[in-house]
Amino acid sequence: MAGDSTPMLLSGNHAVAWGVKLARPHVIPVYPITPQTPILEKITEFHSAGEITAEVIAPESEHSAMSACITASLTGSRVFTATSSQGLLLMHELLHYAAGARAPIVMCNVNRTVASPWAFWPDQTDSLSQRDTGWVQIYTESPQESMDTVIQAFRVAEEIGMPVMVNHDAFYVSHAMEPVEVPSEACVNDFLPEYSIPNMLDPDSGQSFGAPVDQQTYNRVRREMGEALNNAFAACDSAHAAWHDLTGRDYGVTEAYRTEGAESVLVTMGSMTGTAREAVDALREQGHAVGLLKVRLFRPFPNKQVAEALKDVANVIVLDRNYSPGLGGILHQELKAALYGLSNGPRVHGLLAGVGGVNVTPEKIQELALRYADSEPAVASIWVE
Amino acid sequence: MRYIEYKDEGVFKSGHFACAGCIESLSIRIIVNAVGPDTVAVVPPSCGAIICGGYPNSSLSIPTFHTTLEAAAASASGVKRSLVARGKPDTTVLCLAGDGGTYDIGFQALSSAVERNEDILYVCFDNEGYMNTGGQKSSSTPLQAVTGSTPAGKLTPKKNIVEILAAHNIPYVATCSAAHSEDFVRKVEKAKNIRGTKVLIVLIPCLAGWGVADNAGIKVTRLAVDSGVFPLYEIEDGVKYTLNHTKKAAPVNDYLGAQKRYRHLSEQDVAAIQNGVDAEWARLAKRVQASAE
Repeated sequence: MAGDSTPMLLSGNHAVAWGVKLARPHVIPVYPITPQTPILEKITEFHSAGEITAEVIAPESEHSAMSACITASLTGSRVFTATSSQGLLLMHELLHYAAGARAPIVMCNVNRTVASPWAFWPDQTDSLSQRDTGWVQIYTESPQESMDTVIQAFRVAEEIGMPVMVNHDAFYVSHAMEPVEVPSEACVNDFLPEYSIPNMLDPDSGQSFGAPVDQQTYNRVRREMGEALNNAFAACDSAHAAWHDLTGRDYGVTEAYRTEGAESVLVTMGSMTGTAREAVDALREQGHAVGLLKVRLFRPFPNKQVAEALKDVANVIVLDRNYSPGLGGILHQELKAALYGLSNGPRVHGLLAGVGGVNVTPEKIQELALRYADSEPAVASIWVE
Repeated sequence: MRYIEYKDEGVFKSGHFACAGCIESLSIRIIVNAVGPDTVAVVPPSCGAIICGGYPNSSLSIPTFHTTLEAAAASASGVKRSLVARGKPDTTVLCLAGDGGTYDIGFQALSSAVERNEDILYVCFDNEGYMNTGGQKSSSTPLQAVTGSTPAGKLTPKKNIVEILAAHNIPYVATCSAAHSEDFVRKVEKAKNIRGTKVLIVLIPCLAGWGVADNAGIKVTRLAVDSGVFPLYEIEDGVKYTLNHTKKAAPVNDYLGAQKRYRHLSEQDVAAIQNGVDAEWARLAKRVQASAE
């Protein structure tokens, strides 16, 4: 139970490292990049103190780190890595490869702007631009949630046989320190048993992986991959329920906050959720019927859960801390697709708020919620200052 | 003529997809049988990937992971570390790569694996170009060789990857030839028993890409060694040089003349290549002598 844990003051990155330690991976290939590096350094600190017994590989690039992750995973090991921004983009080829190879790797990505120009601020375009690679993607808003989610991610990945990416925002989550309840080893061992996926590259079996295939086989493999990815809904639900039983902390693939009777609902991912929660509290106090929907699981996209949560709402305002040039906010687009076809569905406003790490305060969100409460939405996402 | 009997545990099967007459299949057979069945192979895109088989077939009885072109050494590191973590440290992890995947796009990952001294056996089948994509130049393509991307002959010499690897203080790096199979088998067995990173560079004349007769793969390889174009040697710990085939018995023209990729050369061109080979041979001889002292 919740009592069986230790409170610590941890940054989001160190909370992730604690989650990794408790999850007991066997191989950790990892390459440094700002602002991920404290994850790497905490892990290697645990490792040199003998508190993590994994094989740690420090290769020359994220490309090699992910390459080693894939084969280590297929060779029967639980595998973790972490990256950010350019590092994630350098891995791009291998992200597809990992999902195709059905390697249940867990990776923490620290959401950071992508160059050019160089910048180091929170922005989710890095991981959202990887949304077609076949990875499960989860977005977290606090150190506690990041730690809990990394532990859950191993269970989900191993259950469905697909890789999982846990994303948290640069600095707002990665470096901000908050009290975190660190569960006991016994608690996590109970939740996440020893890795039991067999070695796929065992000389006794002689199986080969990844060899060229014909069109029909490729087609079938892709379908099976999609089915496996969709199993993430049930696997996440089961992991959330078990984690709730053990720790009392409650997560869903989406989270509705004060949406009862709401006329307008804000939709967010990642650290902006915490800010929006404060804005909603203030608006409710002023008598405005405004709620909040947090999208925690982004891939597979929870179309059903989102439609169910928003079907009776008149007005939806999506806050995107990312930008797809020529399209707009990525969550905005995904949300419109999820709501398409609802009879009498909500108006959907897409606001590009906080792109490039621009600060979005609770007051700003209050103001935006009121400004876009009644108007007809534009088709495209709108830049807001 | 002497019939050479070598170990064959059936690790490499017949019915593979090598071009008729290509000595890469013979080289794979020598290697995988010398290494034995307790082995995991990692193969990036290359002629070797084709020879090792398309799904659902495989010409290797050992497990084989087909990885990306850049990542053979990194992928092999992942296999090895996972085996160590799971209590099987003695299984050999074997990379079978081409020169594009070794000298060019895979070089960064290889250099890092050598720097970390990962316990892997890395083999480069060096056919001096991107022969599997129709024959374009790589950084292994020699001076003056005609390829699909150097139609007038390559203007710069072949990268000396053996020296570059030696500069990493790699435990073992050697050149191998299927025309010298006893030396080849000895080197594979020696490499297998060394902990750390081992690299073997195996010369493979590409019949189509080099313009070599279907039955001349072994002959051209032997000429490459005899002329000193491809000296057979090994370096231990980056410092101890041994020349395994000590005679430079043929002029380079014998080697160049057996291939269509050099038929545009003038006498002066050939003389320049001969001078380059002589200088390289002298430099190598000096290093061999120095490490014997």
